[in-house]
Amino acid sequence: MFLGPSLAVSAIIFCIGVAGVLLRRNAIVIFMCVELMLNAVNLTFIALAQAHGVAGQVFVFFVMAVAAVEAAVGLAIILSIFRHHKSVDLKNINLLRG
Amino acid sequence: MHASLLPVSLVLGLPLLGFLANGALALWRPQAKLATSLIGPGVLLGAFAAAVLLFQRLAPGWQADPDVAQIVTLWSWIPVGSLTIDFAFQLDQLSMVMLLIVTGVGSLIHLFSVGYMKSDPGYARYFAYLNLFIAFMLVLVLGASFPMMFIGWEGVGLCSYLLIGFWFTEKANADAGKKAFIVNRIGDFGFLIAMFLMWGAFGSLSYADVFGRAQEVLPAGGALVTAITLFLFLGCAGKSAQIPLYTWLPDAMAGPTPVSALIHAATMVTAGVYLVARSNLLFALAPTSQTVVAGVGALTALFAATIGLRQYDIKKVLAYSTVSQLGYMFLGVGTGAITAGVFHLMTHAFFKALLFLGSGSVIHAMHHAYHATHSHDDAQDMRNMGGLAKYMPITATLMILATLAIAGVPPFAGFFSKDEILAFAFGRGEHEPIFRLFWAMGAVAALLTAFYMARLVAMTFFGANRTGDAERSHLREAPWIMTGPLLVLGVLSVVGGWLNLPAFAHSLGATERLHHWLEPVTAIGQKVSERLGTAAVLPHGSTESALVALAVALALLGLALGWFITLRQPIVDAHHAAPETGFWKVLHNKYYVDELYDRVIVDPLTRFSRTFLWKTVDQEVIDGAGVNGSAWLSRALGSLGSRLQSGQVGVYVVLFLVGALFVLGGLSWR
Repeated sequence: MFLGPSLAVSAIIFCIGVAGVLLRRNAIVIFMCVELMLNAVNLTFIALAQAHGVAGQVFVFFVMAVAAVEAAVGLAIILSIFRHHKSVDLKNINLLRG
Repeated sequence: MHASLLPVSLVLGLPLLGFLANGALALWRPQAKLATSLIGPGVLLGAFAAAVLLFQRLAPGWQADPDVAQIVTLWSWIPVGSLTIDFAFQLDQLSMVMLLIVTGVGSLIHLFSVGYMKSDPGYARYFAYLNLFIAFMLVLVLGASFPMMFIGWEGVGLCSYLLIGFWFTEKANADAGKKAFIVNRIGDFGFLIAMFLMWGAFGSLSYADVFGRAQEVLPAGGALVTAITLFLFLGCAGKSAQIPLYTWLPDAMAGPTPVSALIHAATMVTAGVYLVARSNLLFALAPTSQTVVAGVGALTALFAATIGLRQYDIKKVLAYSTVSQLGYMFLGVGTGAITAGVFHLMTHAFFKALLFLGSGSVIHAMHHAYHATHSHDDAQDMRNMGGLAKYMPITATLMILATLAIAGVPPFAGFFSKDEILAFAFGRGEHEPIFRLFWAMGAVAALLTAFYMARLVAMTFFGANRTGDAERSHLREAPWIMTGPLLVLGVLSVVGGWLNLPAFAHSLGATERLHHWLEPVTAIGQKVSERLGTAAVLPHGSTESALVALAVALALLGLALGWFITLRQPIVDAHHAAPETGFWKVLHNKYYVDELYDRVIVDPLTRFSRTFLWKTVDQEVIDGAGVNGSAWLSRALGSLGSRLQSGQVGVYVVLFLVGALFVLGGLSWR
C-alpha cells in the first residue's frame, strides 16, 4: 500500500544514520546513529513483508534481539572508555594505531 | 618362510646387535671393558658359526649345485612405479666364499683387537664401529641386487671413515678419514651412473634379472655394456684403491692397525674385486672394459710396488703392498680369470691380515717400549726397529711365513693364487698381445713385492736393534690374545693355497676345488668369453713349467736382493738418517702424486669455492638478495600496511563505508 513512501522514509533514516556515524565525534551519538540504521532496515523489512510474506517480520525480531545485545555490549564499552578518559569523544580513542 | 632364513638373519643380525650393544656401552658405560670384550668378538664368532652352518647346508661335501643360489626376500624396499627393489639377500657360491672370509678373518681380527686396543679409552666405541663394519660388509656380499650391494658399499665406507679417524683428536687422522670418504665419493658416482644405465636397459637391478637377460638386452662389445662396466669399474677403483683413486688407502693407515688389517687389507678394499667377479657376465660382454680393468690392475700392481720399495713406515709399506696386490686381483678378474682373482682375494686376506696384525704386534711392543721411557720417537718407523726377532720370536716367525706367502714362494698360499693370475694373463696374451705386457708388468711387480717384503722383514726383525738402549729392555712379545689369531692366520697363509691347487700339482691333493666351487657363478661369463674368443686359457706343457719356474725364480731373487741390499750396511735410525736423494726421493715421496692432485684438483676447487661459491654465491646472492632481500621486502610491505592503521575510529568507519559501497556497487553492477 505505502511501499514507495515507506522505503523512502527508511532510506532517509538510514542515510541520517550513516551521516551521523561518519560526522559526529560523540560515541553515544554514533551509537544511536547505528541504532537508527538498524531500525531503518527494520522498516524496510516490515514494508516489504506485506508483499513477500511473513519472513520479513520474523527477521525484524532477530534484528531487535541483536540490537539489544549490541546495545548492552556497546554501552558497556563506552562506559569503560568514559571511566578511563573522562570523555566519550572519539578523538581520544586511538590505541589501535599501527 | 624360507628354510635358510634363520642362519642368514643370524649372520647379518649378530654383528648389528653387537653394534647396538657396544654403541650403548660406549655411550653410557665406557668403562665396562669386560662386557665389550665379550660382545665384540663374541657376535663375530657367532656369525662365523652361522656362516659355517650355511656353508654346510649349501655344500654337502663341496658339491656345488648350480641351483643353490637361494634368494631370501625380507620385504619390498622401493616399490616406485615400475621400479621394484626388494630388501633381499642372495646366497650362492661366491657370496659364500666372501661370507666365510669376512666372518672368519673378521673374528680373528676382533680377537686380536681385544689385546691391541685394551688400554684405549674409546674401547667400546671401537668395537661398535668394527661390528657395524662387519654388518655392512655382509650386506655388501649378500645383497641380491646392485642397490643392496650399494647399501653395504656406502656403509663400509662410512665405517672406514669412522675408524680411520678413530683417534680424531689429531687433525692428520681426521683429515685421512675425510680423504678416504671424499675420494670414494668419486668412485661411488661411477657406481651410481652404472646403476642408472642398467635400470634404463633392464628396468630392474636385481642380479637375477640383470644377469638373466644381459645376453639378450646388451649386444656383446656394445657401447652400453662397455659404459656400464667402465662406470662400475670406476666404483671399484675408488673402493679398491686402484689408479687413479688409490691415494686414500696409504693415508688410511692413520687408523688403528687391526682396522688396517680388517678393512684396508682383508675385506672392504676387496669389495671392488667382488663386484667385478659378481658382474663377470657383464664384463665378459665388454672385452674393452676387461682390458681396461686388467691394464689398470697391472699398472697399479707395478706402480704401488715401486713406491713400497722406499717407505720406512712399516704400515705404509704394507699399505702400498695392499694396493699392489689389489692390482693383481683386478688383473685376474679383468683377464676373465674370475676364480683366480677371488682365489687371490682369499689368500691375500689371510697373509695380508697376518702381516698387518704382525706389524700391529710390533708397533704395540715398540709403543710400549717408548711409552715406558716417555720417548717421542716414531714407533712405526722401521729404522727405529731392527733385531726384533730376538724379543718377539712368535711374531717374527709368523711374519716371515706371511712374507714367503706374499712373495710367492711355493708351497705357501700366495704362490698358487699369484701364479694362476699371471698364467691366465699370459694365456690370454696369445690372441691379445697387450695381455703379455700386463703379464710382464705383473711379473716385475712380483719381483718388487719379494724385494720390499724382504726389506721389511730384514729391517724390522734382523740386524742390530736401533730402538734405543733405555727402551730395549721393555721390548717383549705380545700377549696370547694377540699371538693366537696370528697363529691361526699363519696356518691359513701356509695351507690356504691348497684350496685351489693347479692341475700340475695333482699329487698334493684334489685340484682346482675353488674353481669348481665357483663354476655356477663364473660359467656364464666364461661361456660368453669363449663365444667371443676372449677367454683366457691356461698355457700347458713346457710353457706352463717355464712360467712357474720364472715365478719362483723371481720370488727368490727378489727376496735375496731385498735381504742382502737392506742388510749390506748398517741402517741409521730415523733421527740420524740422511735425507733421500735422486730417484729414491721420488719413490719416498710417492711420485708426488698427492702433491699433483692437490695442485691440479684440490687447490683450484678450494679457490673456486672460496672466491666464487662463498664470497659471491653464498654471501651476496643467498645472504644478500635472498635472506636480507626478503626481510627488506616484508618490512617495506609492512610499513605500507601500517599507514592504514591510524587508530582513528572515524577513518575506519569511512573505509568500511567505502568498502561496503564498492561491494554493493559491484553486486548491483551485474
